[in-house]
Amino acid sequence: MKSEHILKGLRDRDPRGIARAISLVEENDPLSDEILASLDDSLVDQAMVLGITGPPGAGKSTLTDRIITKYRSQGRRVGVIAVDPSSPISGGAILGDRIRMMGHALDHDVVVRSMATRGRLGGLCAAAGAAMRILAGSGCSVIIIETVGVGQSEMDIIRLADITSLVLAPGLGDDIQAMKAGLLEVADILIVNKADCAGAETLAMDMEAIAREGVRKEKVETKVCMTVASEGKGINELLAAIEAVDASHRESGERRIRREKAYDLEVLDWALELIKPSIIEKIGKWDHDRKGAPRLQAARLLAQE
Amino acid sequence: MPEQKKTYRVLIGKPGLDGHDRGAKFIARALRDAGFEVVYTGIRRTPEEIAAAAVQEDVSAVGLSLLSGAHMSLFPAVVRALRNAGAGDIPVLGGGIIPDEDIGPLKDSGINAVYTPGTPVDKIIAAFRSACESQEAGRT
Amino acid sequence: MGKHPEYIDWEKELAKNLSRCPERKEKFTNHGGEDIPRLAVPDQIDERYLENIGFPGRYPYTRGVQPTMYRGRFWTMRQYAGFSTASESNKRYRYLLEHGTTGLSVAFDLPTQIGYDSDHPMAAGEVGKVGVAIDSLADMELLFDRIPLDKVSTSMTINAPAAILLAMYAAVAEKQGVEISRIRGTIQNDILKEYVARGTYIFPPKPSLRLITDTFKWCTEHTPEFNTISISGYHIREAGSTAVQEVAFTLANGITYVQAALDAGLELDNFAPRLSFFFNASSDLLEEISKFRAARRLWARIMKDRFHAKKPASLMLRFHTQTAGYTLTAQQIDNNIVRVAIQALSAVLGGTQSLHTNSRDEALSLPTEDSVRTALRTQQVIAHESGVANTVDPLAGSYFIEELTDRIEVQASELIAKIDKAGGVVAAIEDGFIQRQIENSAYEYQQEIEKGERIIVGVNEFKIDEQTKPPLLRVNPEVENGQVLSLKTVREERDNNNVEEALANLSACARSSSNLMPEILAAVKTYATLGEICHVLREEFGEYRG
Repeated sequence: MKSEHILKGLRDRDPRGIARAISLVEENDPLSDEILASLDDSLVDQAMVLGITGPPGAGKSTLTDRIITKYRSQGRRVGVIAVDPSSPISGGAILGDRIRMMGHALDHDVVVRSMATRGRLGGLCAAAGAAMRILAGSGCSVIIIETVGVGQSEMDIIRLADITSLVLAPGLGDDIQAMKAGLLEVADILIVNKADCAGAETLAMDMEAIAREGVRKEKVETKVCMTVASEGKGINELLAAIEAVDASHRESGERRIRREKAYDLEVLDWALELIKPSIIEKIGKWDHDRKGAPRLQAARLLAQE
Repeated sequence: MPEQKKTYRVLIGKPGLDGHDRGAKFIARALRDAGFEVVYTGIRRTPEEIAAAAVQEDVSAVGLSLLSGAHMSLFPAVVRALRNAGAGDIPVLGGGIIPDEDIGPLKDSGINAVYTPGTPVDKIIAAFRSACESQEAGRT
Repeated sequence: MGKHPEYIDWEKELAKNLSRCPERKEKFTNHGGEDIPRLAVPDQIDERYLENIGFPGRYPYTRGVQPTMYRGRFWTMRQYAGFSTASESNKRYRYLLEHGTTGLSVAFDLPTQIGYDSDHPMAAGEVGKVGVAIDSLADMELLFDRIPLDKVSTSMTINAPAAILLAMYAAVAEKQGVEISRIRGTIQNDILKEYVARGTYIFPPKPSLRLITDTFKWCTEHTPEFNTISISGYHIREAGSTAVQEVAFTLANGITYVQAALDAGLELDNFAPRLSFFFNASSDLLEEISKFRAARRLWARIMKDRFHAKKPASLMLRFHTQTAGYTLTAQQIDNNIVRVAIQALSAVLGGTQSLHTNSRDEALSLPTEDSVRTALRTQQVIAHESGVANTVDPLAGSYFIEELTDRIEVQASELIAKIDKAGGVVAAIEDGFIQRQIENSAYEYQQEIEKGERIIVGVNEFKIDEQTKPPLLRVNPEVENGQVLSLKTVREERDNNNVEEALANLSACARSSSNLMPEILAAVKTYATLGEICHVLREEFGEYRG
C-alpha cells in the first residue's frame, strides 16, 4: 500500500512522492530496492550531473541559484542535491543552502534536496547517488550536486559528477591553499566568483597557471571562468564552458569512464551499507574478550558464518 | 554498539516580512545540537514557499517564527499551504511575540503548539521531537 | 603647578561658547546649595590624558562632542512610534509632543520598509503592524497633519527606500509652506546592517550604496540640517552581537559609506558632519558607558587618520540610543521598567545626543499609551532628578571605565582590521563572516541563559506564577482593508499620465549615473506610490537575496 503510493507519486513526479522516495533510500528502508528499480535507467544515463564545490563563503549556493535560472530558461528540469556537514558531536545539521535558491521554491521543475553528511562510515555516496538517480528518474535533465569541498566524503561524492567545478573567491586566502592539492586536480572548471572584488584578477591568474600545469592527458584543459553570481554576471560564459566540457567528455569517452568509476564507487558504498547492519549485529552478540589486535578480531568476525 | 537513533528532519522558516531571525536561528542551532537535521529557509518567505520547501525536503515538522504581529494571518496560511501541497500531516509549531489570547485560535486553525519568549529551549526541542515522532508514526 | 595650556585654551573657547549659548541654568547646585563643577579633571593633565581622554568637544571626543554636554541642553527625548494608519499615528505623535517629547521618530510597517504597497501580496497580514503604512504622499500628508515641520525634528526608521520617504517628507514640508532647507531630522538610510541584522533590504549592495550617496549629495545641497544616515549598531546588537562587535561592525559600515561617498566624488568635510550613529544601550551599565566613549574616540581617530578629515564636525560621532529590546522579558513586565532605567542611564553617562526608552510591554506587543508615558518619564527622571546631567562625563578617570574604554576600542579596531583584510564590509557580508560572528555570540548568550549561567530575573530565576495579564495594544485587523481602499482612491484620483511620465524619467535616471533624488521627488509629487517607485528601481537594480 505504502510502497505503491510512493511509487505512483514518483511516477507522477509528485513533489511529495519524490521527496519521500529520497528519504526512504537515504534511510536504507526496505523499500529502497523497489524504488530504485522503478527508475527509468535511460533518463539516468542521459542526465548531466554537475558538481559544484568550494570553500564556505565562495558563493556556491548563489551560483547554483543562477545556474538553475539559466537552465530553467532553456526549459530543462533541474535537480539540486545540496550537501552540508553533520555535526560530529550531535549528529544534527543545519541545512542552509536552500536559502539562496528560495526564488525557485514554487517552481515544480526545480527539485532541491538538502542532505547532511551524517558522519556515515561511507554511505554518503550511496545516499547521494541514489538521490541523484531518483531526481534523474523523475525527469531532471540537469542535476547539480553542491558541496563544501573539505572532507573526504565530500570529495567522494564529487566523483559522482560528470563535470566538476570548483568555486573560489578572492579574500578566502588560506582555504584555497589547502584545497589546491585535492580539488584542483579533479576540477574541470575553475570558477573565480566575486570577480568584481579586489584580488580577483590575481586569483584568476593563479588559477590559470594551475590550469595550464594541471593539463592531464585524459581530459581537456581546465577552464577558468569569472563570475559575479550575486549580479548574475558571467553565467552564460560558465554554461558555455560546461557545455564544451560535456561535449568533449562525450566525444573522448571520458564521460563513460567517469560514469563507470562512479558506478563502481556507488556499488562499493552500497555493499558496505548493506553489510554494516549484520556486522554491527555480530559485534553486539559476540561474546569476545576485547583482547588482541582489533584487526585480527575483525578478520575472525568476517570469517564467521 | 549504540543503536543508531532516528535522525529527524525539520524546517525552520520565517513567513512574512519580519527580518528578526535571532530566535529562529537560535532554535535551528539548538535543534541541530539536539541531533536534528534542520532545513533553514531564511527570512521573508511566503507561506507557499515554506510549504513547498517542507515537501521537497520531506521534513517531519515545520517551525515558524514571527515577531511582527502578523501571526494570525501567516501561521494559518502556512497550514493551508501545506494542506494544498498534500502535506497537511506535517505538524506546524509557532513561536514569537504572540499574545496569550491568540494561542487558542491559532491552535484551532491547525497550529500544533505555540511558544512565546522565555520558554526554555529544552521544552521546545522536546515538542519538536514528539511532533516528529507522531508525524512519522502516522506515515506507516 | 599651573593649569595645562590646553586646559586654559579649552576654557577660553568655552567662555566664548557660553556667551553665545548659555547653559540651561545659571547655576547648577546640589541640595545643599553647593556648586556642581561643570567638568572635573585630574590634578595633573599629561600627554596621555590629552591623547586618550581630553576635553569635551575636542578631539578625540572621549568625553563628549559638546563642551558643556547636558548642562547646555538635554539629549533629545525621542520616542519611536507609529502603527496602523497615518491618521492614527498622527494622533500618537501629537500626544507625545504634548507630553514633552522633543523629537518624533517614525516607525514604518514592514511593507513600507521593503517597498511594497499595502495591496501587494507580500504585504498581506503585515499592513500597519509594526509601524505606520505609507503608500503615497497622501499618507505622508496625514501623518504630519498639524505638525509644523519647521518646529520638530523627525527621525525616520527607513532604509532601502529612505530616499523616497525623505522626498515625501520634503514634499509635505513644501505643502506646509516650510522651506525644505529648514527641515531637521534623520533618515536611517543604513542598508549594510539590513543585510546582516535587520532584513529589510531590497536592492543589491552596489545600487543601494548609490541611493545612499545620492541622498548624501542631495541633502548637502538642499537640506543641510538633515542627518543623511544613521549608521546603526542597534540592530546588530539586537541580533545578538557583543558590545565590541556592535562598535566594530557599525564603524566598519561607517567606513564603507564614507568610502562610497568619496568614490562618488563627494567632498569629505561636506558630508561627514551629517553622518550620525545609532547604538543600543544594554544592561551591563559599565560596559555600555565605556562602549559609547570608545566608539566616539575610535570614530574620531578613523576620520582623522584614515580619511584625513579637517573639520571638527567631521570627526564627531553623534549618536542616538535606544534601550535594548532584546533584554525585555515577557515575564513580570514591570521589571522591564527597571532594566530600561539602567540602560537609559548608561546612554546618558555615555553622552548620547538623543534617546528612546523602550516600554515595559514590548516583549508582548506594541506598547500601550500608558507604557509609552512611563518610558518617557524614565528619561525625564534621569534628566531632572538624578543629577547626572549637571556635569560632563562624570565617570571619566575611573580606572575601570577608562580601562574598559581602551579595551573596547582596541578589540573593535582589531575586528575592523579583519574586515578590511577580508576585502571590506560588502565582501564580509557576502561570505557571511559578519553574520556568523553575530550568530555565534547570540547563540552563546542564549545558551548561558538556558543553562542558568546567566540570570535573567523573572525568567530563569525569581519566577512567579502570573495570573493577571496586562492590557495590550492591538492593531485593528480592519486597518489593512482601509489602507488598501484609500490606496485605491489615490490611484483613481491622481493624474496617471503624470505618474507614468515621472516613473519613466526615474527609470531612465536609474540607468544613467545622475542623482536619483530629483526624479524621486518629482515622482512622489505626482502621488506615484512607494511600491510603484520601488518597482521601477527593482526592475533596474535587481533584488538582493539573503
